Amino acid sequence: MPTKPAGTLYRGREGMWSWVGHRVTGVVIFFFLLVHVLDTSLVRVSPEAYTAVIGAYKNPLMALGETGLVAAILFHAFNGLRVILVDFWKSGPKYQRQLLWAVLVIWLVAFAGFAIRHLSLALGGH
Amino acid sequence: MSAAPEIRAPRSTSQTGRVAPQYLRSGGARGQFEMLAWLFMRLSGIVLVVLIFGHLFVNLLVGEGIHAIDFGFVAGKWADPFWQFWDLAMLWLAMLHGTNGVRTIINDYAERDSVRFWLKVVLYAATALIVILGTLVIFTFDPCPVIDGVRHVADYCPAP
Ligand code: HEM
Repeated sequence: MPTKPAGTLYRGREGMWSWVGHRVTGVVIFFFLLVHVLDTSLVRVSPEAYTAVIGAYKNPLMALGETGLVAAILFHAFNGLRVILVDFWKSGPKYQRQLLWAVLVIWLVAFAGFAIRHLSLALGGH
Repeated sequence: MSAAPEIRAPRSTSQTGRVAPQYLRSGGARGQFEMLAWLFMRLSGIVLVVLIFGHLFVNLLVGEGIHAIDFGFVAGKWADPFWQFWDLAMLWLAMLHGTNGVRTIINDYAERDSVRFWLKVVLYAATALIVILGTLVIFTFDPCPVIDGVRHVADYCPAP
C-alpha cells in the first residue's frame, strides 16, 4: 500500500489542457478587470484625466494587447459554457472532447471577426 | 485469478471503509457554501457572456470603435439607467465570479495555512475596494463637473 499518491493526477489531453487554458485566462481577465475599473474611475477625477488614460488604450501596442485580452475572454466564455454543458447536460461528459473542438472553432471565428474589425479601427489611419 | 479487489470510496479510512469525517462534503460547519459557490460560477458565467459580449460590441465594434471612447462617451452611456444597471451588474458579477475563481486557485496551490490565509486577505481587500469604488463611480458620476471652480461644459450640459 503506497503511502503517497503515485504518479500524478494530471491526465493530459483535451480535458486537462482546456482546464489549464480556462484557469490562465480567468486569472488574466481578473487582473485586467482590477485595472479597468481603476482607469474608468478617472471619470470621477476629471474629463482630462479620463481622456488621457483612455488615450493610452488607443496606441497600436495597446491595440494588440486588447486583441489578446479579447482572445482570452472569448476562450474563457466559450469554454465556460462547455464546462456548464459537461456539468448539466446528461451527455456532456461523453462529448467533452467534441465540445472542446466546437469551442475552438467558434472561438476562431469570433476572434477573427473581432480582430479584423478592432485592429482596422485601432490601427487604421484616421 | 484472485477475488476482485475491493474498491473503497475515495478518502475512506482503511479500517471502516467509511469516508473519514474530515472529508465529508455535506452537513459540515461550512454548510452548503462550496456547493453554492460552484453553482454561482455557472449561473454568473451565463449572465456574464451576455453582459461582456454586449459591452465589447457597443464599446469597440460599432461606429468608430475605440476612437469614440472619451469622457463624453461615458457620460452618454451613464445618462441612461439601462447602461448604469448593465455596468453595475457586470461589475458585481465579474468581480464576485473572478474573486471566487482566484480563491479556488489559492486553495489549490498555496499549501501553507498562513500563506493561504494572507493571500485571501489581500484578494478580498482588493475585491471590496474595486467593487465599492466602481459602484460609487457609476452612481456619483457627474457629466458636467465643476473642478476647482472650472466648469467642464459640453453641448449636452444645461446652460449655467
Ligand atoms: C464571459 C463569461 C464567463 C463564463 C461563461 C465563465 C465561466 C466560468 C466557469 C463555468 C467557471 C468554473 C470552472 C470550474 O469550476 O471548473 C469559471 C471559472 C473562473 N472564471 Fe469565469 N467565466 C466568465 C467570465 C469570467 C470573468 C470576467 C473573469 C474574471 C474577472 C473570470 C474568472 C474566472 C476564474 C479566475 C475562474 C477559476 C478558474 C479555475 O478554478 O481554474 N471568468 N468561469
